[in-house]
Amino acid sequence: MLKSFFTQKTHPSREEVNVSRRKFLGYAGAAAGIAVVVSSCNKDELPMTTNNTNVNEVNLGSGDVGVLNYAYALEQLEAAFYIRVVMSQYSGITGMEATRLMEVRDHEIAHREFFKKALGANAIGQLEFDFSSIDFGSRNSVLATAKAFEDVGVSAYNGAGRLLMNPDYLVLAGKIVSVEARHAAYFRDLISFGSFADETAVNAMGLDLTRKPSEVLPIVDPYIVTTINADQLPTY
Amino acid sequence: MNLNTIFTEIEKVDPEVYDRLNSRRNTLKNFSSMGKKLALTAIPVTLGALLKKSYAGTRSTNDTVIEILNYALTLEYLEAEFYAKALASGGLIPAQANPSIQTIARHEAAHVNFLRTTIISLGGTPIAKPTFDFTAGNGSGTGPFANVFSNFEVFLNVAQTFEDTGVRAYKGRAAELVQTGDILTAALRIHSVEGRHAAHIRELRKLFGSGVGDVKPWITLNMSNINSPLVQPSYNGEENTVQAGIQIVGIGGFDISAEDASEAFDEPLTKEQVLAIVDPFIV
Repeated sequence: MLKSFFTQKTHPSREEVNVSRRKFLGYAGAAAGIAVVVSSCNKDELPMTTNNTNVNEVNLGSGDVGVLNYAYALEQLEAAFYIRVVMSQYSGITGMEATRLMEVRDHEIAHREFFKKALGANAIGQLEFDFSSIDFGSRNSVLATAKAFEDVGVSAYNGAGRLLMNPDYLVLAGKIVSVEARHAAYFRDLISFGSFADETAVNAMGLDLTRKPSEVLPIVDPYIVTTINADQLPTY
Repeated sequence: MNLNTIFTEIEKVDPEVYDRLNSRRNTLKNFSSMGKKLALTAIPVTLGALLKKSYAGTRSTNDTVIEILNYALTLEYLEAEFYAKALASGGLIPAQANPSIQTIARHEAAHVNFLRTTIISLGGTPIAKPTFDFTAGNGSGTGPFANVFSNFEVFLNVAQTFEDTGVRAYKGRAAELVQTGDILTAALRIHSVEGRHAAHIRELRKLFGSGVGDVKPWITLNMSNINSPLVQPSYNGEENTVQAGIQIVGIGGFDISAEDASEAFDEPLTKEQVLAIVDPFIV
């Protein structure tokens, strides 16, 4: 069954190469599976940006697609986190907090699914996460993580905007980042009212956080099992 | 060899060619990296001319950048003076809200300074600060928000409108700042600060306001949760649920409502829309 799955494909998408293969190979011999994939591919049809020899790795790709995949990876992380938060509500949660957390979860799912659909065949696969360092029963642990993820998200979008060449993508990123900033402010205020934009988020010039992809990825790395290859992302 | 064939060939080695056509800066780099698979000599002059045309004007001119920054400066002047006057109005701001209004005021003043400095560094001239009428009376001082500096709820209504409008205004000019590097990054960093402010003002309204409904840190549909039709233009269009042609409601089979979908994406406002919104506040 496994073999026929691969031999049917003459041109596996990157998503399949990155994820489905890993998933399927988890149950069967890896070497044999890879051999089938490679031999079934027309050399000219292999996407230029795909260079995944490690089945536990996704390659974000290059150019605007790479930047959008980078955003997609971060949205996957946030969505997965809030899905867990809503499923296992922390002790002492108020009705209002539960409602807001569900809303935030839905925003992040919307972002994630939007990128998945917009990227189409260029989308990286589903990442695997490790939230074992988070105590989902603890309000402090959950809110601190939410704040950290939202602040990192804001800084990531702020730092990646300049890498986009297509102005339409830039506006889309802008539509999302201000919502992440609203989330960040909300969780900060829940932790300590009035800290929505304190000096840990906004500097003396009134400017919010900004980070390059090379600075963001190590921050989220402890939560992501899948290796993210960002080698081809544009830089500055 | 026709153009379609050439683009098909380019697309094979560079799936993002159509995106790249927007980038004059990367042309040479990209073509040289394609060299191995695609002989440059195969590209006819007409294609070169076409590419050149499609690349032209992608990055805004210095004059346009300065114009955008002066536009942003106008809005920051408005916000900075608004919060400064509020802080100077005794009895307006409850003690619990005072530190955060001070934080916001400090940021808006910093934005004014930052934009003025940036405009000068680009060889431009920062526009002068307009005279404002925060009652929205166009200078009469007796506009519909006449008690803006004596009634905290009215103050918060105007503050929310300014912040949400500010977020939308920056977004509306973002496309023109594409590929401007540090300038774009700075604009984005101000933009998200306005988003934080907006969320907090909305939380203050939840705490101190009356008749605010279920006001949230984010914008639901085109609801202002403010009992005044005057602020509606700042919210019209926020009910959008289609992004880049993709319907967000129910996307991927998930239970994403129109409310969720509208909240998840803030929408831009054009310069004309924003100027119409702030016009009653500018004398």
